[in-house]
Amino acid sequence: MSGYAILAVVAFLTGLGFTQLIHVFSVSPAEAPITELFFETYYFWLIVLLATPILTMRSFALEKFSGTFETLMTTPVRDWEVTLAKFSASMILYMVIWVPLAIYIGLIQSHISGGAATDYGAWFTAFIGIFLVGCLYISMGCFASSLTENQIIAAILSFALGVGLFFLSFVTYRMESATHWIAASAHYVSLVKHMNDFVRGVIDTRHVTFYLTSTGFFLFLTWKTIESRRWK
Amino acid sequence: MSDTLTKTPNQSQTDAGRQTSAVPEDVMIRVESLTKRYTGAHAIMNLSFEVKKGEIVGFLGPNGAGKTTTLRILSCFMPATSGMAYVAGRNVFTESEEVRRRIGYMPENNPLHLDMRVREYLKFRSRLKGLSRKASRIQSDLAMERCQLTDVSHKIIGQLSKGFKQRVGLADALVHDPDLLLLDEPTIGLDPNQIRSFRELIKDLGKTHTVLISSHILPEIELTCNRVLIMHQGRLLAADTPEKLRSDLESRNEVYAEIKAPKNSLTAFWNAHPDVVECQISASEGGFWRVTLTPKPGTDLRSIIFKAALDRSWELRELRRQYHTLEDVFVSMTQNVNGFDSRSRMDDHQKGTSPNNQEDED
Repeated sequence: MSGYAILAVVAFLTGLGFTQLIHVFSVSPAEAPITELFFETYYFWLIVLLATPILTMRSFALEKFSGTFETLMTTPVRDWEVTLAKFSASMILYMVIWVPLAIYIGLIQSHISGGAATDYGAWFTAFIGIFLVGCLYISMGCFASSLTENQIIAAILSFALGVGLFFLSFVTYRMESATHWIAASAHYVSLVKHMNDFVRGVIDTRHVTFYLTSTGFFLFLTWKTIESRRWK
Repeated sequence: MSDTLTKTPNQSQTDAGRQTSAVPEDVMIRVESLTKRYTGAHAIMNLSFEVKKGEIVGFLGPNGAGKTTTLRILSCFMPATSGMAYVAGRNVFTESEEVRRRIGYMPENNPLHLDMRVREYLKFRSRLKGLSRKASRIQSDLAMERCQLTDVSHKIIGQLSKGFKQRVGLADALVHDPDLLLLDEPTIGLDPNQIRSFRELIKDLGKTHTVLISSHILPEIELTCNRVLIMHQGRLLAADTPEKLRSDLESRNEVYAEIKAPKNSLTAFWNAHPDVVECQISASEGGFWRVTLTPKPGTDLRSIIFKAALDRSWELRELRRQYHTLEDVFVSMTQNVNGFDSRSRMDDHQKGTSPNNQEDED
């Protein structure tokens, strides 16, 4: 049920972003890819930050709370298989919630002709960016959910992690000119900058590596957390 | 040097293999000095027992005795602190996946995915348990038939009654046709009729599976199980058939009689009798007295009572050996009650059943 609720809310938010885009187009012709314009509205980040904790909060916490965790872990499945399965399930739902966005972008592109706005490459890389950011946030959410049997705590924890990481981006904006090592490292974890590259059609392997390794890191933590019942 | 180094792991592997094969074919569960320690407290201590193939074994004990912990170890949900456990000849700790394939575990409180439909849930579970798509369909239908769930196969589990939910849990436990069923308090919260039909179901399953049921509901264990393991504070107190456990308590040969005679002469006679260790007399209706006698070990008082009544022309209307339920065994074992207390408790019970008694005494 909560899946449908999230779908509805996200459809509403992307809809708001869409109307804002239409407004932009009605005032002046587009000079950048639509994807880039959409990401400038920040609806994307609102959705990622709000939806991922809710998508993932139930994954382990509810199973632990209702006791089905016990029936699950006494079937001949390995701990890492369960971790990956939970992650993939949330990832699939996460990608489904972006379907309305794909439709909106397609709709706009079919009504404007030529120019930078109809850059199919940027369209494609934007979704790669959405996918990679999703991997990181979903894995963080799975990790938070594996720590507790209370869904609310899981959601709050993953929201805090997600928002914390997101605000690191603004730290880089403030330290733009600094050559200090903190500024340099903050630059590498600046999600907003990464996304700006993706929506312009740039696939930077540094960004891809960042998302894949950090996702792997959180999945590893999740795996070890559910294994930890054997250590007690 | 390098030879010995490379050999050592191989050696230990074959040792482990030997240990596993050392468990006889007909033994389903073997537990050897199993201990589980949580910070500061022992859940189970030095537990050892064996369950043969085809047995229905009852796992009895008060709450917190360590039954659930033992079942969780056997179902590979968590390991023990020390000790060994084998299921179907396989080590629970090192061959956990093989063991999990062979067990059907129904945890306490029967957790289910309440938003799924019965058939869908069973198919999902059997796929998790490694069955192919086709096999899962066939096995789910079989399990539903066995647990009489076919009528509700398309209903959502959350909307089913408690009795049906419990059957879904059982169907899940046996959907992959495991060698061993581990059921943790399967009848908790059921009404008497549901318990009865559930009992029949478990008895029926016992024909084809080995079953280990944990419970603190004694009549249930008594009626379904061939053998009972009694646990208390993490230790095994007894492992025997219900009949044997009862007869151990009955070996005291207490005899109950109802005799019509002057109370003074009754008391005087039995207190003076050389074979009687203890004598309790209370009033019954119609001028009769309830006499409960504990004899010296090895004496049968029944004929002595009969003769005494005949000689003194007492009226005798009931004469029987004191019957003990498994509940008495359980209470006397887990509370460390001595014989006298347990008997007076029985007397209280009998008084309770005949309300007239109270008036007579007044």
